Amino acid sequence: MVYQGKTWKFGANVDTDAVIPARYLNTTDPAEMASHLMEDIDPKFLEKIKPGDVLVAEENFGCGSSREHAPIAIKHAGLSCVVAKSFARIFYRNSFNMGLPIFASAEAVEGINQGDEVKVDSEAGTIENLSTGKIFKVQSIPPFMQQLIEAGGLMNYVKKFKMKTE
Amino acid sequence: MIRSMTISEKILAEHAGLREVEPGQLINARVDLILGNDITAPMAIEEFRRAGANKVFDPEKVVLIPDHFVPNKDIKSAQQCQFMRQFSREQNLTHYYEVGEMGIEHALLPELGLVLPGDLVIGADSHTCTYGALGAFSTGVGSTDFAAAMITGEAWFRVPETIKIIYQGKRRPWVDGKDLILYTIGKIGVDGALYKAIEFAGEAISNLSMDSRFTMANMAVEAGGKNGIITPDKVTKEYVQSRAKRPYKFQYSDGEAKYGQTLDIDVTRIEPQVAFPHLPSNVRPISAAGNVPIDQVVIGSCTNGRLEDLRTAGRILKGRKRAPYTRLIIIPATQEIYRQAMKEGLFEIFLDALAVISTPTCGPCLGGYMGILSKGERAVATTNRNFVGRMGHPESEIYLANPAVAAASAILGRIGGPEELGL
Repeated sequence: MVYQGKTWKFGANVDTDAVIPARYLNTTDPAEMASHLMEDIDPKFLEKIKPGDVLVAEENFGCGSSREHAPIAIKHAGLSCVVAKSFARIFYRNSFNMGLPIFASAEAVEGINQGDEVKVDSEAGTIENLSTGKIFKVQSIPPFMQQLIEAGGLMNYVKKFKMKTE
Repeated sequence: MIRSMTISEKILAEHAGLREVEPGQLINARVDLILGNDITAPMAIEEFRRAGANKVFDPEKVVLIPDHFVPNKDIKSAQQCQFMRQFSREQNLTHYYEVGEMGIEHALLPELGLVLPGDLVIGADSHTCTYGALGAFSTGVGSTDFAAAMITGEAWFRVPETIKIIYQGKRRPWVDGKDLILYTIGKIGVDGALYKAIEFAGEAISNLSMDSRFTMANMAVEAGGKNGIITPDKVTKEYVQSRAKRPYKFQYSDGEAKYGQTLDIDVTRIEPQVAFPHLPSNVRPISAAGNVPIDQVVIGSCTNGRLEDLRTAGRILKGRKRAPYTRLIIIPATQEIYRQAMKEGLFEIFLDALAVISTPTCGPCLGGYMGILSKGERAVATTNRNFVGRMGHPESEIYLANPAVAAASAILGRIGGPEELGL
């Protein structure tokens, strides 16, 4: 898959309360979750982004609570993927499980400025900064997690390999 | 020969049906218990149904607890809880706890003996790591993992490398598990244990009460850890033997087990700690807190809402009143803790101190309800996170501390320790 868009750059330790504040967790509606994305950091964030845009952050993106509402809000707001220096554990796991593409690359984050246009190629494992022409490598993904992605997330994987057909 | 393993590796290996595992290995393992709450379970139940599943793998091993926004804070929360309640009835779950018997999940499960040493537990809540205090491997996951485990009774894990932290020496007065863990997070950072297991060890851990151990394991996730674990001992045995209704197993790290990192901490030098806004790693000793006026104090949560915490608060609040414009909210974590605190006369002390006492709920810790902060307000909380906007307005501030400092701060109307009150 190739993801291309304008980048929106954030700092280190963006927590899931920042991605979607807990006061909005009383729903399972993805559109409603998306409507509060990054609200406490930038109330106008949703007006600025366009479908396909790429979220970029420093270390430990998605730290804090286990709420899957966070990757869901990002995905349903139309952002195509997240590139960060590192991801907090549960956020990382949730993203693979529910199908939000995420890419870890410290050098890419260093080489991307707010607003740069990037092209992320998941198969080639590269992130190209189209504004500067520089290309960066993505940290590789363990084979099992590659399988999860290919199956279309954990639930599809479970359906395919774990559930008895009745 | 089997490789030497840490306690975390041993529990994972046993549940994966393997003789040994090593850090980095991806395994599929059987879980002893899975947990969801009113925030995470509704989404998981929808996924469970979408997958076409009809029955949970074992109605005795799926625990559902409404605790975050209950008693229902608004109509939407009421609907989420109703959805979860209907599912629990339909699936005939043994361990669904309704308002009136429920408590904050991570206090309730150990109290009821549902989680035991040697268990492998996943919960759709980041503070599921709390049960590591019992010598179990427990970790937080999201709703999809919970949904999948409801069907299969299994979960996938990447075996974590272990960081061993050895706490030496005797604690100073008014220093408890909260201070040791805040100090540790301050030292290694909020991603200092990212993807890793933290093994808390040493003399100061052996001397720690069970309640304080829960506090430490609870906040392992605040250092990025996958789990926090404490080797079971006589304190553990004392705690679990009257509660367990099934067999359990004490696991121990091998003497030759390999650690990714070992850290020594001299406990004698640790004062009560305060984590300043907006990260749990932003800690200062109480003596360096300076003059910080406070609008609200919260004593409660899965981190510090247990009996020992309330007793500590009681020792400080006894015969005193909170400062005139500082609200004091005390939230016993379970009905049993609530009842016991009442029996011991703690409620009398709290009420005389002009505190409000709430039914168990996660409420204010995550800015749900029951003590939301306005713009510019500051709170001292015994909770676990002081992120921007966590307890309310994005321009409010949260200072994390132990129950003694929280209670003392309520009386002083600014951040301060019990010693300022001559205690």
